[in-house]
Amino acid sequence: MTTGQTAFTRRDMLRAIGLIAGAGAMYQAMTALGHAAESQFTGAPDLSGAPRGAKVVVLGAGLAGLLAAYELERAGYAVQVLEYQNRPGGRNWTLRGGDTYTELGGATQTVRFAPGNYLNPGPWRISHHHRAILHYCRAFNVRLEPFIQFNNNAFVHSTHAFGGRPQRYREVAADFHGNVASLLATAVNTGGLDHAVTQEDRERLLEALKGWGALDDSLAYRKGLPVSGHRGYARPPGAGADGAPLPSDLLPFHDVLDPVVWKSMTFFTSYDMQPTMFQPVGGMDMIGKAFASRLSHQITLNAKVTGIAQDENGVTVRWADTRSAEMHETKADWCVCTLPLSILSQIDIQVSAAKKAAISAVPYASHAKIGLEFRRRFWEEDEAIYGGISFTDQEIALVSYPNDNFHAAGPAVLLGAFALGRGGYDLAGMTPEERIEAALKQGEKIHPQYRKEFLSGASVAWSRVPWMLGCRARWSEADRAAHYQNLVSMEGRIVLAGDHASYMAGWQEGALLSSLDAIRQLHHRATAV
Amino acid sequence: MRRLVLALLLACAWGAAGPARAQAPSADGGEIYRQICQACHMQGGTGAIGAGRVPALAHNARLAVAAYPATIVAQGHGGMPWFSDILSPAQIASVVNYVRTHFGNHYQDALDAQTVEAMLGPKKVDDH
Repeated sequence: MTTGQTAFTRRDMLRAIGLIAGAGAMYQAMTALGHAAESQFTGAPDLSGAPRGAKVVVLGAGLAGLLAAYELERAGYAVQVLEYQNRPGGRNWTLRGGDTYTELGGATQTVRFAPGNYLNPGPWRISHHHRAILHYCRAFNVRLEPFIQFNNNAFVHSTHAFGGRPQRYREVAADFHGNVASLLATAVNTGGLDHAVTQEDRERLLEALKGWGALDDSLAYRKGLPVSGHRGYARPPGAGADGAPLPSDLLPFHDVLDPVVWKSMTFFTSYDMQPTMFQPVGGMDMIGKAFASRLSHQITLNAKVTGIAQDENGVTVRWADTRSAEMHETKADWCVCTLPLSILSQIDIQVSAAKKAAISAVPYASHAKIGLEFRRRFWEEDEAIYGGISFTDQEIALVSYPNDNFHAAGPAVLLGAFALGRGGYDLAGMTPEERIEAALKQGEKIHPQYRKEFLSGASVAWSRVPWMLGCRARWSEADRAAHYQNLVSMEGRIVLAGDHASYMAGWQEGALLSSLDAIRQLHHRATAV
Repeated sequence: MRRLVLALLLACAWGAAGPARAQAPSADGGEIYRQICQACHMQGGTGAIGAGRVPALAHNARLAVAAYPATIVAQGHGGMPWFSDILSPAQIASVVNYVRTHFGNHYQDALDAQTVEAMLGPKKVDDH
């Protein structure tokens, strides 16, 4: 399509549709034009015409609350933010050397990482299709770098296969593809698929299987240099007299069928996890800090909300200063409540029975992360692993390597556990010291250098995070059908926001999209008065 | 087949770094408490208080009727997740029996797996 200076561009058209019919229609139009199909983000909200002097109280200074405060303030609302913690950001959080963290039960950890090293206990990666958070990173000059995610040279480890020895991803993946391709080719050649595939497509399929699986002319998957061109060599190609490559041995097919193999392969191709992914340079909390620094009023920290009431005149939020126990009341015209449902379900809030039921219907998952600092980057120096993730079927679930500062001398921090489900509960029930020991004991099965090089560790088990009581919302299919619409609709002067009020629980993008939807609802109501 | 598809979906969930395999399930109530419940309800069933509260299980009169804690373990309640996806009826009975006879609780009527199974509603499934 060519467009001259005076042509009505697609952008012009979208703007016109947005002005006339609203963001929802603009999004539909964008999708029809092949834009935006990946995210429901339609750009910064248009909140023009805010009523003069209207006041909004925002509860919670995680990303949903921060975005609401930032955009509403820009639109002319007077905003006050109340936050339980002594820092803004919520789960957008980074632990560095010198930080202390006290979990439920009172265990306190002081992080001893070297300067520049960190652990992101919550979100740690951003998808290329998470356009809302990328928008604000761009707008606030939050520097991003690649989050490597997929690394062919990282390990796959199963306690039930390969004699318990870690295998390189490329080897198990090549052997999985090769064996499956060969079996399928055999089925085609013995007539097993004649009922399902035409003669022409059988030939095309055989050609594809041969190339995809690196099969030989007899359609077998066999040890040899062509196969080693995928899975790696016993002796890689070099130079000089011994420059010729030697092929590697194949893994036993039974072991290649271990679930950890195909689950790893599936993980990297799932929509949420596909590269390219990003991380903020220096830690995820750069995003929360960027939002917070752009608010004109200070966030009220150490504020524990105890009650949220509303009537036709406004909203009243009762809260306690957690340092002095002094009670306060904040009055406003409107309220954006981003408190996690695990907390909000325990607070007296004046909304309908249907909304209360929705607030109480959604529990939170237990995840646990452990950062381990080592004297040197042995994964780079000894094993040529530069960023990415090794998976294991042990409770720690993975080892993820730093994506920055390659080849740097001195200590580095890797993610030594990201435990989910049963593993998440088990690690959460331990003391911080026991968690580190568990991470070392399981991790050394993948990296025997662990004990020798270990310096210190820090853990965050989300079940024991005092301001969350869990990590991310878990919607069941039945609860979603019964309660989701009741949760996300504005009621009187109160609207809820957060990743729990989205279809992207646990993702920062979900928190931002939910917040954008909430403040649009609020603005619509405020300007209709 | 549906079961397989669901397992796959779970593996693809948020951060679901995925491959972690369920640990060998214990039948011992005390061990299940340590491996699961203690994450939130704490050692000794003391519960905890932060921005919200995790109820104490110690000296808890609400445990008098066994069906109450059993239903909550299976179906979840408020911020507490459902566990019918990772605990069998026998394991739920076992851990409920453990909590009702420890931490200053002295309820002697024991639950069995059949009773738990009979009181379970439809199984909850994560939607991702």
